[in-house]
Amino acid sequence: MIELTGISRTHVVGGNPVHALKEVHVRIETGEYVSIMGPSGSGKSTLLHILGCLDRPTAGSYRFGGQETARLTEVELSRLRRHQIGFVFQFFHLVPRLTAAGNVELPMVFAGVDLEEREHRVRQVLEVVGLTARATHRPDQLSGGEQQRVAIARAVVMSPALLLADEPTGNLDSASGREIVNLIESMNQKGLTLVVVTHDQGIGERARRQIRLADGEVVSDQRRDGTGMAESGHPTSADGA
Amino acid sequence: MRLSDLLRFAGGALHGHRLRTVLSVLGVAIGVASVILLTGLGEGARRYVTGEFASLGANLLIVIPGKTETKGMAPLINTAPHDLTRQDAEAILERVRSVQRVAPVVIGTARANAAERTREITVVGTTRDLLEIRHLKVARGRFLPRDVPEAALCVLGARVARELFPDQNPLGQLVRVGEWRFRVIGLMAPRGTSIGLDLDEIVAIPVDTALRVFNRTSLFRILAEVRSRSDLDGAERAVLALLRERHSGREDVTVMTQDSVLATFNQILGALTAALVGIAAISLGVAGLGIMNVMLVSVSERTREIGLLKAIGVTPSQVTAVFLVEAAILSSAGGCVGLLASVGVERLFLRLYPDFPIQPPGWAIASALAVSFSVGLIFGILPARNAARLDAVQALMRRKT
Repeated sequence: MIELTGISRTHVVGGNPVHALKEVHVRIETGEYVSIMGPSGSGKSTLLHILGCLDRPTAGSYRFGGQETARLTEVELSRLRRHQIGFVFQFFHLVPRLTAAGNVELPMVFAGVDLEEREHRVRQVLEVVGLTARATHRPDQLSGGEQQRVAIARAVVMSPALLLADEPTGNLDSASGREIVNLIESMNQKGLTLVVVTHDQGIGERARRQIRLADGEVVSDQRRDGTGMAESGHPTSADGA
Repeated sequence: MRLSDLLRFAGGALHGHRLRTVLSVLGVAIGVASVILLTGLGEGARRYVTGEFASLGANLLIVIPGKTETKGMAPLINTAPHDLTRQDAEAILERVRSVQRVAPVVIGTARANAAERTREITVVGTTRDLLEIRHLKVARGRFLPRDVPEAALCVLGARVARELFPDQNPLGQLVRVGEWRFRVIGLMAPRGTSIGLDLDEIVAIPVDTALRVFNRTSLFRILAEVRSRSDLDGAERAVLALLRERHSGREDVTVMTQDSVLATFNQILGALTAALVGIAAISLGVAGLGIMNVMLVSVSERTREIGLLKAIGVTPSQVTAVFLVEAAILSSAGGCVGLLASVGVERLFLRLYPDFPIQPPGWAIASALAVSFSVGLIFGILPARNAARLDAVQALMRRKT
């Protein structure tokens, strides 16, 4: 489903090039549960933004569902995000003036889904995240865990193929964090491809596959089978075969 | 995306900043209201003047002694104009076929006495036909008799009659004007001011008597009424030719038509209106800058929201649309509030000053609303494009403000 080949991303900061990602090769299959770990500055957020088509690589090829993303226009990338990719952020990114239901509805509003269908789907996903009773509350009337659940509902309301979570528990107490992880893992079990970026070992190690980054390079790509851990010892490339 | 959703989303964002929204709406409202009111004032003044002229009688030629012209050299012989006389007036009536009525006019001020009372009055020396030409009405008695240009008779304006004879019937009484005594034969109906002359303040006497009272030989002017509007130009030429012939070949009178006077007033008042609207338009422009400022602030405050919109697959043109629609809502709400406010102010003025000439024309209202709407779109472009061009990653990384 996802095929990164020789991906590099270079920022120019104060006239000097900064290499956020260097020659990254990653393949992710449909339905996988992958965590991306590493210290801050290791390039894990940049990788997530490239996976989510919010950022374009400086070099290399990113194929999503067999399609080369470098060839897509800005509008086509927007469509891809709208229909295929859901985002969950550390700081929730809810629109403060909208209710929980309004926030969940937002992607469908801009996608032009009709009103009846919207109401139906909002009710459905709010039930999945267990917030039916809180549908009319605004973000400032919700706890952190509840806000993140609204964000997850919003991320999956368009039925995407890929869910990208950027430090989803980074701003929550451990009990709420556990609930959030359980929620997104249950969605993965129903077939949603899940990529979680975290610096929290406890969260990251729950994933069946763990990619570790340091200085913009993949330093390990471990796979945990039903039976135990499987080491894949190639430092710069991995395939999901 | 549906328009109704776009409006709802943009409206919700505005609702979140009520004070800011109200202030920028107010800015546009003031601009729009001043455009409408000032145009209304200018247009009202124009209509007022036009109306005055119409009440004067539409198909009128006005003959004035003397001719305005510029010459390169001082004349060697005396070029003092001939007098304009009552005989000239009669000749115009007899010889210019399209002229149906003529009234010679002499105007002067004098002191009038009646019994114990004295007051300043405007004496109008004229003939019987002035009544029809100026659409005057006699309340009691009769107007000056025909063909008696020298009688010592007078007709009093409404206020003059009331003040000189407060408790008695003025008909048949004597009024002294200077050294002369006149018998009152009629009273005018109240009429008010018409082109600078308060018709309630006049005393009308026969024209030749007036020349003698003021010791003059020339008329103030001759009013000639033609049968129809289309005869005006021909009559003007014929009157000029006739008077040149009567004044030993010299063109020493000026003939004005109602139209030319009206055109001049129209021009002046049109320029005045344009100047007023120009001033008001500046305030509308300033209101536009206010909207731009508010929208720029809004874009920078909502950077995170814009980043989120991009992440959930909102296209750049949709982001532009969201902010443009917000700006357009602000400015068109301002337009509507301004329109209502101007109607309110207009009503208030008309209640306080019923004669106040204020009447905004339809085109001014329509264009003020159209301009107010486009002001939002024009001044919203820059902030909206800023929003659409924001880098999604940078926008999302922004911490809570």
